[in-house]
Amino acid sequence: MKPAPKPTPETQPFWDGTAAGELRIQRCEPCARHYFYPRPSCPRCGGDQVGWVRASGRATLYSYVINHRPAPGFEDEAPYAIAVVELEEGVRMMTNIVGVPNTPEHLKLDMELRVVFERRGDVSVPLFEPAGGAR
Amino acid sequence: MTIVIAGAAETDEVGRLPGHSTVQLHLEAARNALADANMTIHDIDGIATVGTPGPIQIAHALGITPAWLDGTGVGGSSFLFHVRHAAAAVKAGLCRTVLITHGESGRSRVGAGRFGLGADSLLGQFELPYGVVGPPTSFTITALRYMKETGLTHEQLAEVAVAQRRWAQHNPRAMYRDLITVEDVLSSRMVAYPFHLLECCLVTDGGGALIVTTEERARRSPVYLLGSGEAAESPIISQMEDFTTSKGFRLSGEAAFGEAKITHEDVDHLMVYDAFAHVPIYGLEDLGFVGRGEAGAFIAEGHTSPGGRLPLNTNGGGLSYTHTGMYGMFAIQESVRQLRGEAAAQVPDVEVSVVLGNGGMFASAATLVLANHLP
Repeated sequence: MKPAPKPTPETQPFWDGTAAGELRIQRCEPCARHYFYPRPSCPRCGGDQVGWVRASGRATLYSYVINHRPAPGFEDEAPYAIAVVELEEGVRMMTNIVGVPNTPEHLKLDMELRVVFERRGDVSVPLFEPAGGAR
Repeated sequence: MTIVIAGAAETDEVGRLPGHSTVQLHLEAARNALADANMTIHDIDGIATVGTPGPIQIAHALGITPAWLDGTGVGGSSFLFHVRHAAAAVKAGLCRTVLITHGESGRSRVGAGRFGLGADSLLGQFELPYGVVGPPTSFTITALRYMKETGLTHEQLAEVAVAQRRWAQHNPRAMYRDLITVEDVLSSRMVAYPFHLLECCLVTDGGGALIVTTEERARRSPVYLLGSGEAAESPIISQMEDFTTSKGFRLSGEAAFGEAKITHEDVDHLMVYDAFAHVPIYGLEDLGFVGRGEAGAFIAEGHTSPGGRLPLNTNGGGLSYTHTGMYGMFAIQESVRQLRGEAAAQVPDVEVSVVLGNGGMFASAATLVLANHLP
């Protein structure tokens, strides 16, 4: 079984979002900037006038490794990519890439991606697939 | 007040030590450093350690009653932080002579702490669900971005391991000493593309200890602390500002060079924490020894190898010498040996040595500028 995250009070809105099929991130109102991971104050200005917005789900592939020694729960998928994507809103997050062979030939940096969600126990985790859809 | 390293030693052996517990490694290193300094436990009134079992147990086991303790635990760079903090404490009069110890049964896991983080931790929520299996699959994740933006090739990445093996060849304590080629590196087992086995650090057992005090209290030729810097960036690697440069490396380096009032031309010897082959590349660039995107070619051209103009990781580094899990102690030890003229692969005329430490996955960083005489 793949590891599943356990929400905490400050991250609960993010995980409520993924359960609803939405990628929600935080935005500082005075700075007009998005940020990730969830936390109660803006990392740029320190202020607490922060809110939650629904991200578009569009992203690009920023960097990755292709892991040949699988983590528990990933035995059937190795080698698999552990990737960091950059959302259209400017924030980055770690994820897995689905819907495309996880090989250097198929995983081109800056390729366009879109979010999908995978159920893990009580929570859903955001994964990304090529923007043209799974192939 | 002039702060010095008055004693420095490693455990009798490093490598595979299944007969030693973590605590034993701490204590053996501590006794060796005391002997090296020509001191006893009665000279020590400050203690700093990280990880298992912590400064209270180490002080108690040795019979030291500390007036000052530091358990700063920021990963493999912690010992560089300890040197900086000890210097500040001695200058402030909080204590007089500090013992810093490291012992880790990283390979054999005897009396060692448990790995693992809760599913409700930051890492547990936002990185571990994606199949991360420790540093080989997360510390490495910046490299492809760096390669795309700078043109670093797979062959140049492999050259880092090749260069450090040239130093290890001359070090009888190094775990791996046989010379290797770029082809050997690229044909070794793939761990996490683009990283092959020989581009990943060892996993070993061992320890080391240092004694930090004033020049007046030193009982042998001391190593001078000319400057130091510390910094932190992000607790999880996905939130680094830019995957092609370490903010912690840059800021801690600037602070240390500034305090020491040195320029790059003054540096005779350099240690850069090398958990993986890309880290010395970042270190060379972020400390300002070469320009952006130039480090790969610099290493491949031999400038950091024996006979080169900037000897780097002269013990063989984490890739070939030893890596208990927190390598920073061993990087400091090699700088001290080079400055004393006692290294296995001794570089001629080393007067100023710089040590750059990393903690976590580019999470924390610290830099020390050490010298064998005052400027």
